[in-house]
Amino acid sequence: MSRVVVGPFNRVEGDLELTLDIEDGVVREARVSASLYRGFEQLLLGRPAEDALVIAPRVCGICSVSQSLAAAAVLRAAQGTEPARNGLIATNLAHAAENIADHLTHFYVFFMPDFARAAYAERRWHDAAQTRFKAASGSALREALPARARLLETMGLIAGKWPHSLAFRSGGVTRALALGDEMRLFALLADFRGFLERVLFAAPLEQIIALDSADALERFAEGDRAAGDFAFFVRIGRDLRLERIGRGPGLLMSSGAYLCPEGHFLPAGLLDARTGALRPPPLQAVEEDVSHSFMRDTAGDPARAETLPDIHRPGAYSFAKAPRLEGRAVEVGALARQAVAGHPLIRDLLARQGASNVFARIVARLLEIALLTQAMDEWARSLRRRERFCTPDAPLRDGDFAGFVEAARGALGHWASYRGGEIARYQIIAPTTWNFSPRDASGQPGPLESALQGLEVGGEGASSVALQHIVRSFDPCMVCTAH
Amino acid sequence: MTTADDFTLLWLQAGSCGGCTMSVLERGGAGWLEELRRFRIRLLWHPSLSEETGAEARAILGRVERGEEKLDALLIEGSVLRGPEGTGRFDMLAGTGRSMFDWVRTLAPRADYCVAVGSCAAFGGVPAGAPDPTDACGLQFSANEIGGALGADFRSRAGLPVVNISGCAPHPGWIMETLAALALRRFTGADIDAFGRPRLFADHLAHHGCSRNEFYEFKASAEDVSERGCLMEHLGCKATQAVGDCNQRAWNGGGSCTQAGSTCIACTSPGFEATRGFHHTPKIGGIPVGLPLDMPKAWFVALAALSKSATPARVRENARSDRVTRGPAPSAEKKTGAEKKR
Repeated sequence: MSRVVVGPFNRVEGDLELTLDIEDGVVREARVSASLYRGFEQLLLGRPAEDALVIAPRVCGICSVSQSLAAAAVLRAAQGTEPARNGLIATNLAHAAENIADHLTHFYVFFMPDFARAAYAERRWHDAAQTRFKAASGSALREALPARARLLETMGLIAGKWPHSLAFRSGGVTRALALGDEMRLFALLADFRGFLERVLFAAPLEQIIALDSADALERFAEGDRAAGDFAFFVRIGRDLRLERIGRGPGLLMSSGAYLCPEGHFLPAGLLDARTGALRPPPLQAVEEDVSHSFMRDTAGDPARAETLPDIHRPGAYSFAKAPRLEGRAVEVGALARQAVAGHPLIRDLLARQGASNVFARIVARLLEIALLTQAMDEWARSLRRRERFCTPDAPLRDGDFAGFVEAARGALGHWASYRGGEIARYQIIAPTTWNFSPRDASGQPGPLESALQGLEVGGEGASSVALQHIVRSFDPCMVCTAH
Repeated sequence: MTTADDFTLLWLQAGSCGGCTMSVLERGGAGWLEELRRFRIRLLWHPSLSEETGAEARAILGRVERGEEKLDALLIEGSVLRGPEGTGRFDMLAGTGRSMFDWVRTLAPRADYCVAVGSCAAFGGVPAGAPDPTDACGLQFSANEIGGALGADFRSRAGLPVVNISGCAPHPGWIMETLAALALRRFTGADIDAFGRPRLFADHLAHHGCSRNEFYEFKASAEDVSERGCLMEHLGCKATQAVGDCNQRAWNGGGSCTQAGSTCIACTSPGFEATRGFHHTPKIGGIPVGLPLDMPKAWFVALAALSKSATPARVRENARSDRVTRGPAPSAEKKTGAEKKR
């Protein structure tokens, strides 16, 4: 048995370290460590409740809108405000833009460059992958980064700037869109759709959304319309059998995404990938365990917990806590959202392996880009120009409140206690806190830790490319993880 | 492809949220990486962008540390976390067993230029807010106090103090234009202000060019969020006190904080995180405590009273609305003038 420490594990958001116990070329145990702690939950204490709208988004510059919206959701619960209809729609437009941008960055900047590595020099697709996806210099970046910037102009219109905007309130957004703004929104959405249909999918979005099985996906990727980067990935993924690696823990959760006047656009749910059983997520049963975290003992219930670091805790190896749902590790993210929403392609990809996997995670993210871009079009058209975009703040009630949103990487929850209008407690559980959690008191590993267990790395050890694929397939955001 | 003349750049993240990297990735007609090449800037390594990972990345850092690789600019994103108890263990660079506090102090003297990207690396930023749980600071400042992780006397090899591209997050242009000027060797000590901020943005106030200027002039103020009036009197806006050409260039294609109805929180200023109640203007005797930079209080009070009494109905009405309810109809007099010309 040999122990290897892997880091800095880059092309993820933030700083990640892995410790692998390898025996006979197989990973026996993996430990994932969030090596940065900034103390946001401590920074929020004692501040006026509303200051969370300034401080909380700065947990993460990648999903800052999600952090803003979770903070606003808690305030909304405490104020009992009814958000303006236009405000919800404008919020969803901005949130979708952020989440699509995250998925796009993950695909082009973080994930695909690994296929350009020398380790794949013998594969027939390697030359093309190198030209297209090589880190920092592949030809795809010259198209994907400007397309991302164009999409993020949604933020200029709705939120002033990105990242870290103050436009998101409990009652909606601070800026009412005028007729000219709406037209600019339509124009940029059309441009972005053009990029997707020309470059990423090389097919109409509707055709991507209509893919309803693994076979249909394969036909698409081998067919004569298969010129796009998506089809290229599918062919690589099939060749490398990426569906065989990176199995998730079995439970997939979504807390419900994009709150519309008529309810969530993507529903909340907890899905058992093995049996297909689906039920509402018992969010009140979320607990955080600190037995392997650099943290002092505290309540498991996030509504009553504190975050106080203890660098000397015996057995600790991460600043992340270990969230569990009814005692079990749970995977969150685009795959969970689409599986819970019942997209037939995603359900089929899960059913064939009986578990989440590297291939399904990437497909789900790209599918979601298509779905959200189409949804943004519809949302933009449903704005009612004569109505308000924001309802005024109502007086804040003291008490314990929680707010949930779906960030690009999955379920994000904020729990706050207000006393005299000030923050008495604040706890944040971010998506990667779920996916990259350390072990809990019962020794149960977190989702990435179990996904790496049993991986054959052969003589390559820590430099195994499969290891890179598995870790990055979760699109970890380490800055959120321990905050 | 790469030559010895290339301007080399090493970007590392300390106690960061990653937002400054997200911001700069918005830059460039063909993407930021292409723009770097156009200025012959070569990324030695960037945590989000480079192929090298693990041992390969450690090898690059090792070469720079040993002086085997020329380092033109070291860019640090995020606060330097010195805690607990001076160990820096709240922020370890994964795989190296060393803290970022240690890496920053080791690498900074190797660089021609040392650049803090964002208010965290510049001054400490949000992580340094009370109760400062990690003993966070900037590279050469702790809030507005000189010192920080590298000390007041630090000068990079080219003889400059740390260049502080503050902002939370900074505009992508602030980052790239500073880098381009450094790479072209057109950036000198005269190009930074007393807090080390590039004057290309720090010579302006966020207020300059604000789309709410008419409301400001007449002191026609918003009282509730989402109203179009000036945000200074009631809603905490600090744009008249904060540096930045925020309202003279487009953010994300055309926005800015104040344009979106969001209060300026002075994110380019050292210590901005210390504010409590960002959305309320503190006042004494009805007069805002934070008056426009270098404006005498008596004048401000007199002018405010005068302009309030002269506010046109159109401005007063629009200030309390979330959209323009009354447009600037041309007056009868001007119409006559135009007709006379014809």
